[in-house]
Amino acid sequence: MKELTYADALREALREEMIRDPNVILLGEEIGVFNGVYKVTRGLLDEFGPERVRDTPISEAAIAGAAVGLALAGMRPVAEIMYMDFLPICMDQLSTQAAKMHFMSGGQLQVPMVLRTQYSLGRQHGSQHSQFTPAWFLQAPGLKVVLPADPSDAKGLLKSSIRDPNPVLFVESGLLYRTKGPVPEEEYVTPLGKAAVKKKGDDVTIVGISRMVNESLAAAKKLEDKGVSAEVIDVRTIQPLDLETIVESVKRTSRLVIASDDVKRGGVGAEISASITESAFDYLDAPITRVACPDMPIPFSPPLEQQYMPNAESVIQAVQTLLGK
Amino acid sequence: MATITEVQEVSQNDYAKYGLTRELLREMLRKMLVIRKFEEKVEELFLVKGLLIGPSHLYLGQEGIATGAMMALQPNDLTVTTYRGHGHALAKDVPSNLCMAELFGKSTGNCKGLGGSMHVAIYPKTGSIYATAIVGSGIPITAGVGLGLKQKKSKQIAATFFGDGACNTGAFHEGVNLIALWKLPVLLFCENNQYGMSTNVKMAVSSPSIAERARSYGMETTVVNGNDVIAVYAATKSAAEKARRDSIPTFLECLTYKMKGHGVYDKGEYRPQEEVAKWLERDPILTFKKRLLDQKIMTTTEVEQVDAATQQEIEDSVKFAMQGSPLPFGEIGNYVYAK
Repeated sequence: MKELTYADALREALREEMIRDPNVILLGEEIGVFNGVYKVTRGLLDEFGPERVRDTPISEAAIAGAAVGLALAGMRPVAEIMYMDFLPICMDQLSTQAAKMHFMSGGQLQVPMVLRTQYSLGRQHGSQHSQFTPAWFLQAPGLKVVLPADPSDAKGLLKSSIRDPNPVLFVESGLLYRTKGPVPEEEYVTPLGKAAVKKKGDDVTIVGISRMVNESLAAAKKLEDKGVSAEVIDVRTIQPLDLETIVESVKRTSRLVIASDDVKRGGVGAEISASITESAFDYLDAPITRVACPDMPIPFSPPLEQQYMPNAESVIQAVQTLLGK
Repeated sequence: MATITEVQEVSQNDYAKYGLTRELLREMLRKMLVIRKFEEKVEELFLVKGLLIGPSHLYLGQEGIATGAMMALQPNDLTVTTYRGHGHALAKDVPSNLCMAELFGKSTGNCKGLGGSMHVAIYPKTGSIYATAIVGSGIPITAGVGLGLKQKKSKQIAATFFGDGACNTGAFHEGVNLIALWKLPVLLFCENNQYGMSTNVKMAVSSPSIAERARSYGMETTVVNGNDVIAVYAATKSAAEKARRDSIPTFLECLTYKMKGHGVYDKGEYRPQEEVAKWLERDPILTFKKRLLDQKIMTTTEVEQVDAATQQEIEDSVKFAMQGSPLPFGEIGNYVYAK
């Protein structure tokens, strides 16, 4: 194992896949000469040249559309959309074009493309540069939605996404780019659609999404001191969703908390909660609880943003309420 | 500085220059007639027989564009078209029986009945790689296809077809800019049929012309009579050569007219009668037939034979379509994700 930051792990995945497959090309705003706004693509222009690391104009619809076309022409594009807030600008290409092509062509077309993006909640970017809206993309069957929470998964999941024959929305957490974690030295991929049990426990299951996996792990550690044994699951992908791993855990713990950085109403937690209610209702001893952002736009003021965001403390509170402690 | 060129009518003396052999000219007529008969049959199946339902956007009156363009392209060139795509599909050699079965929603259709009328031009086997139902969205996609071909140093080029209405979408501007900026081997066919649904182009486009708008992106631009199949063929031929040899994109504004309304149920009554009458005189098939007869390229009997053969092909396509069945519902989930 070696220690890498989340951003470095992503870069290793891009680099290895570009070496492995000459059809892998990158495109996006500021990814080349500027090395990427968050430096994920640093050095790749120098190594692979401007044809494979292509700076684009500020044209999100065309970036996503070009990625779709590149995939149809037999390439494996990895396009970058700088902020998740910009995805609605290219939503047609992602949700209405790419996601439906395999289906509505009767299986004739494949669209092996990855759209990388990141959300910056917690970085004082205000209402329009901080949003985390993964649930929108659950309404686009045909699309896969991947959300790595640590450097090892960032690398392994990105490699799998690039090799996948389907369009993949790959959502990174801006707050995690500089965090470090162990990454295997040898070649590996992390399969899409398989959740990870990050910590074993018996009293409650906490399902985390993206950054909230880490907050949930921190919460579980503190809960341990209070005599509560929490199991923490990282879903890794929400489409496909590994319901089986969550159900197996809930069967043992009978309690479920879902933690994510999106607005609670209609968010990812709502979908997971409904799915668990449908498939494991008899095992539940308490209502499923969601820890998420309130139903408001994101405030800029740093202290307000801190209060707006969920964190380990809000997870602990939710667990304690659930256990009546 | 990019220029706007107006394509003149090609005289018979110049046919050889463009490789317009007698066989090719006959094939042009046959293709245009396949489209015409197909669309007339579709209209009948909707309005008279009630056998087809859903939106269906007819290509009647625009046959010269798809036919001239596709015949000037190489068979392996890649096309991205639209929901008004029956004509593009047939001109790009998607078999008519597969198209008809697709309109009927049968598993024997080229998209197994999962696409329908608006996606009937998806048949990668003949290079007809995509047809979108969202106005303008095909243009950025074609930029990507062109970029992929350029990157692979392929000899193939990409072509996209869209209507005048697409020129007011953001996707048009973003896509045209990329194609011009990156000098991609792409031909853009704007089929200006004068109406975006019922909205006349004059009520929708701010610039003096659509061609003017394309030129402002630094794109070589050609204006061509879209009802003259030979003019479209000639314009495509020279644009395709530039794209293939030097990776220079060209925007071709093809002036034409929808003979019917927006979709099969629209009678197009918002159009002035004199305007309709004027354009019907310029019917691309009637004018082309007359030219073939006047120039003694075909005899009346030969024209009648092609007419009958294409009619028969379409009757057969309906039989083929009606014999099929839809996919079992339990199977369609298999098409959501590629394995």
